[in-house]
Amino acid sequence: MSKLLLDPTSERRVSERTRLTRPASLHDQVIGLLDISKPRGDVFLDRLEQRLVEAGATVKRYKKPTFTKPAPVDLRQEIATHCTLVIEALAD
Amino acid sequence: MSTSPGPIAPGRPVLPDGLVVIVKEECETCRMVAPLLARFECTVYTQDDPTFPHSVSPVYDEDLSVSWHHDIETVPTVIKVMNGIEIDRTVGWSRAEWQRITGIEHLGDDLPVMRPGCGSKSVDPDLVDSLRARFDGHALKARRIELADLDDEMESMFDRGFTDGLPVVPPTEERVLRMLTGTTRAPDEVVTIVPPDLVEVTVEKIAINAVMAGCKPEYLPWVIAALEAICTDEFNIHGVLATTMPVGPVIVCNGPGTKAIGMNAAGNALGQGNRANLTIGRAVQLVVRNVGGGRPGEVDRATHGNPGKISFCFAELEDGSPFTPLATSLGAPAGANAVTVFAGEGPRCIVDQLARDPESLANSFASCLRTLHNPKLVLGFDVVLVVGPEHARVFAEAGWDRERLLDELHARLQLAGADIVRGAHGIAEGVPTHLRDATLPKFRQGGILIVHAGGGAGLFSAMIGGWANGDIGSKPVTRLVGN
Repeated sequence: MSKLLLDPTSERRVSERTRLTRPASLHDQVIGLLDISKPRGDVFLDRLEQRLVEAGATVKRYKKPTFTKPAPVDLRQEIATHCTLVIEALAD
Repeated sequence: MSTSPGPIAPGRPVLPDGLVVIVKEECETCRMVAPLLARFECTVYTQDDPTFPHSVSPVYDEDLSVSWHHDIETVPTVIKVMNGIEIDRTVGWSRAEWQRITGIEHLGDDLPVMRPGCGSKSVDPDLVDSLRARFDGHALKARRIELADLDDEMESMFDRGFTDGLPVVPPTEERVLRMLTGTTRAPDEVVTIVPPDLVEVTVEKIAINAVMAGCKPEYLPWVIAALEAICTDEFNIHGVLATTMPVGPVIVCNGPGTKAIGMNAAGNALGQGNRANLTIGRAVQLVVRNVGGGRPGEVDRATHGNPGKISFCFAELEDGSPFTPLATSLGAPAGANAVTVFAGEGPRCIVDQLARDPESLANSFASCLRTLHNPKLVLGFDVVLVVGPEHARVFAEAGWDRERLLDELHARLQLAGADIVRGAHGIAEGVPTHLRDATLPKFRQGGILIVHAGGGAGLFSAMIGGWANGDIGSKPVTRLVGN
């Protein structure tokens, strides 16, 4: 006789997420750079912004209030509304 | 993973109108009243011997469905039914009660006035778990995981990633239903939302993980309260989980319930060996892992971690303590059962075997506390100071209470900026150099949490360092324990 156990997880099916198609060019892309508020993350993002602008992209800068918590819903929605791409600067 | 829907609920049997009597042959009281059952119109259900009593034609309650669904705890039980609804009941043998419910004068006049019955087979401790699963299993909504005959249950749990690295108790329907008897809350009630995946967790899911952790049912309300506490914005379990620092939820339990469920506040309170301490903390972490999706190497980015991230839960030794209990000091009513959660690392011992006056001991404490995380860092981290009973006695004899000890410690932990600015003493770490002339407190007000715990011998205390404190990190949170 088989044994039945109860699933202890959230039961969210793990489905492989397909990546978005790579943009053909950075020209005319609006790219959000999200600083998570860790020290020296801005150094990295400053350089990134310089390179992206040179490539013809428009860059918008965003910052989380604290790296210890997820980005607030408002910030996530603002980025989603205004940007076509987003780069998040992790730390450590 | 093979899954199947839960069992289909067997229907609740309707009792026939008139008088219904439930008996079992094994019961001496039932055998005594058996001859009476032929003297009035009734339907007799028998729990064990299908032919008992011979004087009537009994209905065999073979699967105990009738007994279970009609809450028979004692045999014999006489029930009066009208239009399918129970309107009266008597249990055991009481001559007056039987005469009243049957309306027959002189029924059993030759029998004793009263004789208690026996336990119904449907509440037999050896059977009750399987009966609960059979008849109440449909209340459980969790997906069923079907293991093949040859599957090793323990290995299967490891393979599926359900464990914290130690074996877990397989959460069968029987065990989960038994766990749910520890709370009055409905299995499908949503308790809180668990980061990092922000999943609604029900009482049932908590019970499943509590079974896996090894909890007894009476621990469940403590697990629930601790989860309510860590899943607040103030405690910020998301950040506690994601940080590279070696912290996890440290759970301090207060109130008379800690004794009732057998928690350890004395010798080795912070160590191994006590089921309640260990499994309550473990259940909380298993919920974060399994329901919230917080796993090491994924959202949990700890550089080192610490063994307390498997479980770190203990009770405060309130008896003989000179200090107001922690939960009370944080706003819980005196004498309430409560949990306080603190984002903390592992404990570190404070040794002072010579101090016999409170000033000297406070000096020792302050010297050790100053080193927390780094002697040159201030204000960013809180601490739990676990004062051992032999140290506490020094303060008690001098009349120092919690407030006095805190004042004395804070006074001793005012640090000269010149000593702790960046670069001072050849150490790059420290506070910004413009604070060179400032005096800075090591801890914020409220940043030292005193708890009294430990064994009766040993002039030791312990300190548990915290994580980034306040609004940017985590604050201690106290929650009352419900039912």
